Amino acid sequence: MLQIVFDSLSLGSLYALGALGIALIFGVMRLVNFAHGDVIAFSIFALLWPSTDALAIVFAGQLPWYLLIPFVLLIGAGLSVLCEIVVFRRFRRASPATMMIASFALGFVIRYFLLMLFTSRPKSISLLPMLSQPVEIFGARLPLLQLITIIATVIILVGLTLFLRRTRFGLEMRAAAENFSMARMLGVRANRVIMGAFALSGALAGAIAMIFGSQTGTVDIQMGASIMLMAFIATVIGGLGSLAGAVLAGFLLGAASVIMQVVLPVDARPFRDAFVYGAVILVLLFRPQGLIAARGTKERV
Amino acid sequence: MTDASLSTLPETLANPRKPAPFALARKTIITPILLSLLVLAIAALTVMLGSRPFNQAMIDIMVRVVLVVGLYIFIGNSGVLSFGHIGFTCLGAYAAAWLTINPLMKKASLPGLPSFLLEARLPYWQSAIIAALFAGFAALIFGKVLMRLSGIAASIATFAVLAMINTIYSNWESVTGATSSVVGIPIVRTLWPYAGAAVVAIFIAWGHAISRSGLALRAARDEPTAAAASGVDIPRERLVAFTISGAIMGLGGAAMAHSIGVVTPDTFYLGLTFITLSMLVVGGMGSLSGAVIGVLLLSALIQALRWLEAGVPLGSTTFALPKGLQEIALGVIMIVILALRPAGLIGNREITLFRVNRNK
Repeated sequence: MLQIVFDSLSLGSLYALGALGIALIFGVMRLVNFAHGDVIAFSIFALLWPSTDALAIVFAGQLPWYLLIPFVLLIGAGLSVLCEIVVFRRFRRASPATMMIASFALGFVIRYFLLMLFTSRPKSISLLPMLSQPVEIFGARLPLLQLITIIATVIILVGLTLFLRRTRFGLEMRAAAENFSMARMLGVRANRVIMGAFALSGALAGAIAMIFGSQTGTVDIQMGASIMLMAFIATVIGGLGSLAGAVLAGFLLGAASVIMQVVLPVDARPFRDAFVYGAVILVLLFRPQGLIAARGTKERV
Repeated sequence: MTDASLSTLPETLANPRKPAPFALARKTIITPILLSLLVLAIAALTVMLGSRPFNQAMIDIMVRVVLVVGLYIFIGNSGVLSFGHIGFTCLGAYAAAWLTINPLMKKASLPGLPSFLLEARLPYWQSAIIAALFAGFAALIFGKVLMRLSGIAASIATFAVLAMINTIYSNWESVTGATSSVVGIPIVRTLWPYAGAAVVAIFIAWGHAISRSGLALRAARDEPTAAAASGVDIPRERLVAFTISGAIMGLGGAAMAHSIGVVTPDTFYLGLTFITLSMLVVGGMGSLSGAVIGVLLLSALIQALRWLEAGVPLGSTTFALPKGLQEIALGVIMIVILALRPAGLIGNREITLFRVNRNK
């Protein structure tokens, strides 16, 4: 029982962090960033030396953990800001569909860049190996990593909330998410806020890459995609642009996946994802604006 | 409004001038004719050249024309981005496979099929029509539920449909062969049936766009509030477009199945979804000409890059791009096109004979 709770919390953490990364950018730019998943993959591959072998040649990954974590976060943030400067800046006035396709094309470029350097073969990597020992809590044996994942997510969420609520930059960002043109008129610098959002979202991508990489022990250029799909859905169910909603929906999706895996009869288990997606459609039918509707995204006449 | 109140209105309001019958059709028919001529000219050229790999590449392009035109019918007219249409392509492709594979092979590889499907062995054009109807019917059912949504919620819901179809087809061992490929679909190697399918799709798209329902849907795309206030039932008009485009996607799926002879669920997933969507958006989301030209242009680009990647003899040395650069170049070119022309190459207009008209 406790096992289920922890499983769903740790899976939900990944989805929630991913959804947060998408929601942050959507809030300020109305951009659904499909390249986010590839930023995740890139930040983990930055630890490896380019090679085509199945066993990864670890390069920066040998750093001690207190340097390793900031390194990955910085890589993610840096790449994300670079994407903004090189690509998305040109699309500020474009329609959401155009931006979406542009972000997809950008993700394509990043993914095949990685493919060129590392080939498509998954590589095994041991990141922070001391985290894989099990620990015993309340009678349930859990991998220490699962616990760390949940704690790290909670710390990130609390930190982000404090940042958005207590700092001037956070205030500007929230104002921009609510009404961008009004915020600009009141002296919020558009470029700075948007770049800040991209940096934060990239750092979140780096965090996901760390967690996912050490959970699975392999890195793969496709690894971002599977999380991103769920995260993307979570952002919409949560209410596009609403950060709290994105986190809530991320945890709900994680819980739904784990619970259905346990509850469904054995014959129906392979179809688990179909049930999850069916539930997604149901939620959207009853709350098309999302669980927690963000202010400022309502269509005005 | 009763007759009494009608008679008190001024003459012009009571008897609005009726446009001549088929005025709109006559004014716009030149667009599908030109596009079909373009498709047929390419087909004729390919057949005259007679090179087999080139023929296969052209078949792929024709199939993509069908798919992207199918996408345009819904996305272009309603303005709602759909990620789910490739799901209907998947339904169409498997339906075509069920109907055309040799019954002996089917009994061994797909034993879970109902007996009427197990016995069936239809010629490819009949199976393609049935596949289109089947996909259209599925689109009608899904659309009935989904078309109440709009905007990004609708996009995500259609994506959920795609993922559901993919999950079911990847796991239903006895009927779809799960993730292993279904082989033995008769391969049609002549180009003409595919060109024919593309022309049919273009004319259906045009017919829908100038129909009462298509006009109402485009009005609702541009001014949802005003259209709803003028009595346009938006979910209903969307459902009409969704069903028609689902059927065209099914037709495209059947064509795809017959062109490569193998179907797997993952052929019809995110990769195909994004490449077809990109073609539509790069060409111009709101225009039929844009859909067709986007396919031709991006396909030509992909083909040229593949050719460069394979290596081109330059004097005594062979010039070849490193592997993976093809996709990177494609992505970069797409971004550049979209940055320069955010509404796509054609924008919102259609190609006509004399000048480029605004698409009304």
